[in-house]
Amino acid sequence: MRYVIIGGSAGGIGACEAIREVDPVGEIILISEEPFPQYSRPMISEFLSGKASFEKMKYRGDVFWKENNVELKAGRKAVHLDLKERCVELDNGEKVKFDRLLIATGGKPIIPKTEGIDKRGVFTFTTISDAEKLLAVVKKNQRAVVIGGGLIGVSVAEALVERGVVVTIVELKDRILSLILDEVASRIIRDAMEDSGVTIITGQTVKSITGKYEDNTAVEGVVLSNGEEIPCGLVIFAIGVIPRTELVLGTDIKTNRGIIVDRYMRTNVSDVYACGDVAEVYDFIFGENRVLPLWPTAHLGGRVAGYNMAGKKALFPGGTAMSALNYFRVPVISVGLVNPTNNNEYEVMIQHDSVRKIYRKVVLRHNVIVGFLLVNDIERAGTLFYLMHNFVDVKELGSQLISDDFSLASLPFDIRRNLFMEGTRWMVLPN
Amino acid sequence: MRRILVFEEYCIGCGLCEVYCRVQHSQSKDLIKAYNREQPKPLSRVKLVKAKPVSFAVQCRHCKDPPCVTACLSGAMRRDNDSGLVVHDPDKCIGCWTCIMVCPYTAISINVLGSGVVAKCDLCSTLDTPACVANCPNEALVCEEVL
Repeated sequence: MRYVIIGGSAGGIGACEAIREVDPVGEIILISEEPFPQYSRPMISEFLSGKASFEKMKYRGDVFWKENNVELKAGRKAVHLDLKERCVELDNGEKVKFDRLLIATGGKPIIPKTEGIDKRGVFTFTTISDAEKLLAVVKKNQRAVVIGGGLIGVSVAEALVERGVVVTIVELKDRILSLILDEVASRIIRDAMEDSGVTIITGQTVKSITGKYEDNTAVEGVVLSNGEEIPCGLVIFAIGVIPRTELVLGTDIKTNRGIIVDRYMRTNVSDVYACGDVAEVYDFIFGENRVLPLWPTAHLGGRVAGYNMAGKKALFPGGTAMSALNYFRVPVISVGLVNPTNNNEYEVMIQHDSVRKIYRKVVLRHNVIVGFLLVNDIERAGTLFYLMHNFVDVKELGSQLISDDFSLASLPFDIRRNLFMEGTRWMVLPN
Repeated sequence: MRRILVFEEYCIGCGLCEVYCRVQHSQSKDLIKAYNREQPKPLSRVKLVKAKPVSFAVQCRHCKDPPCVTACLSGAMRRDNDSGLVVHDPDKCIGCWTCIMVCPYTAISINVLGSGVVAKCDLCSTLDTPACVANCPNEALVCEEVL
């Protein structure tokens, strides 16, 4: 049996581990564009700020590939996929045959068409190589404009602030982190960011990037959609990522925004699997497939794919939008639907202590938690996530869910017993 | 490997489990010093949870398929196959709180005063009996060997 995996980040690594749990002898070949793929991509902001060395960023040790008997083709790009011949062609012309294939090519940064994008000083922020390039040029008191106030934007802003850079974030929506936070939570983070000297401009976008008078190839600033000019030496696109589906376009593999997979992580083509940021995976709150570009979801999807590829049935339990944040020293956890629009269908419970800056919000639909948001007091998150993912009727608990003294002891006896007897079932372990 | 069983019906909510857990995870291993002098202040990894009349102690369950390990962004949380323990490496941890998001037991704490990252039960692997179990006056915590 020959397993071929394209992509060596969270999903690819998860798949290697799962395959090896089931099949100790099959051949595993992993193709990665990056020279050293087994690092933690979410940690590139830690790397940029100087909080983490590359050594600390290693998600798995140097011996990982050897230990798991994986043939790593690092620094190689898969350029063509031949489903008929069942082989992957690499950028050096090499053809790699597969019996089972996992596509875990991840996401690529969204870069909208903007005038002046090719100038020196324009960056994206997805891989370690992006972080290294940025690190090579950042200087104290330099000015930077970060385009996008989502997770990537806020993380790169924090790292730049630590480096003494003067940062302005330009966000199209009316608030930062609009996808995962509501107005109150977003304001708490915004205040913390502004206290650290970050300027936040909302409801605007960058129309063009201007060049210097003496050297038009270098960035001098940006022009916003309202015409305002912001001088800066660095521009970072941090709008988000979209699935890197190029490899499968034109093949029989079905895509929507990402590669469509079932709950065994199979694509519509037999023996071909996909996971992670390139795929559209099952969201248990929406009950349908969505692109969920999140590290834990990618790793979990990779593991499920790995088990199934190796012949052990495992079901993807479903993910959802879920983020834990610790930017600008404000702990935040946001899971599921936190900004419901149709108020007739949802019940929203809120506890806001503006003095202690503690904010808790739980969103219910038919007495089941479909989303929650915690700021500055986050340790109950896992219990709420458990109730949510097991669709537990929480009518009895009511406002206790958001009260100061909620704990495991508040749960009804049956739930407590289940939790301690059966443990958690977010992950899927084949029997 | 061993695991800790929790009998809530015997728990009297005295909190000695937290006291001795904190001492065990201190530098000095001395109760008075651990509470009054030591900096950074050591943290108890067991939590006594209460909602009258219910109370019990909860610590990392060392799950077979631990959500915290799958969710961990840095690789700091891992399951040791030989011992069956879920092991946390504070030097690798970046304090992103992703593990806290998925642990239903709320067994992972933010070590605010200490490392600044998370901390959790290590089952006192250097002791014959975990400190919380050894010091529970009413046998509400019991340690047993399992396969």
